Amino acid sequence: MTAARVVRSEWTKIRSVASTVWTLSVAVVVTVALGMLISALTNHEFATMPDRDRLSFDPTFISFAGMSLGQLAMIVFGVLVVANEYSTGMIRTSLAAVPQRGTFLSGKIAVATLLALAVSLATSFVAFFAGQAMLGAHGTSLGEPGVLRAVIGGGFYMTLIAVFSMGVAAMLRSPMLSLGVLMPFFFLISNILGNVSATEKIGRFLPDQAGSKVMRVVTPVDDDTPYGPWGGLGIMLLWVIAALVGGYLMLERRDA
Amino acid sequence: MIEAVGLTKRYGDKTAVHNLSFQVRPGAVTGFLGPNGSGKSTTMRMILGLDNPTAGHVTISGHPYRKLPNAARHVGALLDAKAVHGGRTARNHLLSLAQLSGIPARRVDEVLGVVGLQDVARRRSKGFSLGMGQRLGIAAALLGDPQVLLFDEPVNGLDPEGILWVRNLMKALAAEGRTVFVSSHLMSEMALTADHLIVIGRGQLLADMSVQDFITANSAGFARVRTPDTEPQLREKLTSALTEAGGHVLPEQDGALRVTGLPLPRISDLAHEAGVRLWELSPHQASLEEAYMRMTQGAVDYRSTADQKAGLQQPLPPGAQPPMPVPGQGQPGWYAPPPPRQGAPGPAPAGPYGAPGAAGAGTANPYAQPVPPQTTPAEPAAAPAPSPSPSADPTTPEDAR
Repeated sequence: MTAARVVRSEWTKIRSVASTVWTLSVAVVVTVALGMLISALTNHEFATMPDRDRLSFDPTFISFAGMSLGQLAMIVFGVLVVANEYSTGMIRTSLAAVPQRGTFLSGKIAVATLLALAVSLATSFVAFFAGQAMLGAHGTSLGEPGVLRAVIGGGFYMTLIAVFSMGVAAMLRSPMLSLGVLMPFFFLISNILGNVSATEKIGRFLPDQAGSKVMRVVTPVDDDTPYGPWGGLGIMLLWVIAALVGGYLMLERRDA
Repeated sequence: MIEAVGLTKRYGDKTAVHNLSFQVRPGAVTGFLGPNGSGKSTTMRMILGLDNPTAGHVTISGHPYRKLPNAARHVGALLDAKAVHGGRTARNHLLSLAQLSGIPARRVDEVLGVVGLQDVARRRSKGFSLGMGQRLGIAAALLGDPQVLLFDEPVNGLDPEGILWVRNLMKALAAEGRTVFVSSHLMSEMALTADHLIVIGRGQLLADMSVQDFITANSAGFARVRTPDTEPQLREKLTSALTEAGGHVLPEQDGALRVTGLPLPRISDLAHEAGVRLWELSPHQASLEEAYMRMTQGAVDYRSTADQKAGLQQPLPPGAQPPMPVPGQGQPGWYAPPPPRQGAPGPAPAGPYGAPGAAGAGTANPYAQPVPPQTTPAEPAAAPAPSPSPSADPTTPEDAR
């Protein structure tokens, strides 16, 4: 009853601000376009590629190369959906209307998550087909083993990035602070931790590193990652749940 | 009915609201008055279950807000007119709130009409003026046709027409039997709108009484008497004659006398007997604003000092006073702090009826009882601008009593 009201209200809120359209379309365009560009370049240089790289060559994963940038737009989307409520002060009006804070937060996150999921799945499929088109003869198809899983998993990955950002924004409340934490983390820190051999073993348990495993079809040579594609997505899901629980506790305990 | 019992809110070691108990009854407009930072908004947020009280509790119709069945249809609130997403249209803003409360969408167009925003309903609210924002906030409060309404500073930024409209709206809502709780820092506005007053300062209750009682208790009349400026000894003579007859005489800034405790004809008779000519003898009423200022004087957090413009102006000749408004003639600001003098940064002059400031915090009305004269009759008549206050600290009662 109350939950249905919250969902309807949140849908009105989310569709009536320009930032929704902007952030989501940037996420789509950047992911697809950058994926196409990198796929085309890879196709061009395939002949000169060392054997070792050819063995690890993963045409599916290459077509998702744009996600490293596209996910930043998803982060902005997730942060704005939640933190705008605080930065504008709307949170007080909303919570005065729905004093059940848990219901309010879960309704808000459910609406934003479903929207992000729809956009992410579409992005993932478009990025895959566009990438394969650029790869030409080196490409793969949805029928190959593991490829469909990777493409659908790519959609889940992007969605979970957005939901994780919503949880963090619910904890931190300020859009600037949330973006200031999430952007450098996903763009720089996670990559550095995952690529330096000393921290690699920890880095691979970070949400984006673990989650992106689901988009791989070919396992790189001498890869000793202790989890599989769904296991990686599961680790990411645990991170997301932790962020949401943290956000819920903050909302429930603190003064609005 | 809103009922607060021992409501207390602390932020770290700062107490925003201290042991506040009051009731807001249906069928009347209850004004919630206090200076900036006195805890009005904090109290409102606690009523709405947004902030948790450190101690005490507050209920609406017997329930804490967060346990109130169908809260959104029972209570409507305007907390902050700027609390809207500027990129959303006025209509979508209200629509999202209506949906959140399970209110049909056609009600949105109704309230837009009620507040007069129907023509800008499809414009983004970031282009709204402060007054339009207030109207949008009031529309949101009216959405659920609630029995209990809270408005935090609803007239801020409104034009005179808007202020009149809000005033009539509050009265109409109360006349329908609703509970209307309106905060303001303007006594003059509340005197016209409210039936009942709750005054707080520094988070504590200063007064809880009907507006009628407040007016009766606080707007005692006085007489302004002026003797010929050219003959200061007459002024002195009259002062002692009036004081002997039981009047209270206070000098005013422009050299006139402020007399309380004697009716006008008696003052005239006494002057005649003493052989003093009068240039002025006029009846006056102390304003409610003045009474309110006196009540909250000790509880003001943010007090301005006079702009001394050091180095920008030629120093005044010794003994000269900066120009001051004539008291008691309608200027709202005459009781404001006098320009600070060297070594004596005294706040506003004590009120003409004695007790300064909020010394009586907690007592029902410290200004109701008369106070013995506090000036000696031998006030030097030569001084054109006498010392405004014998007491430098408004929080300590005067020893004169």
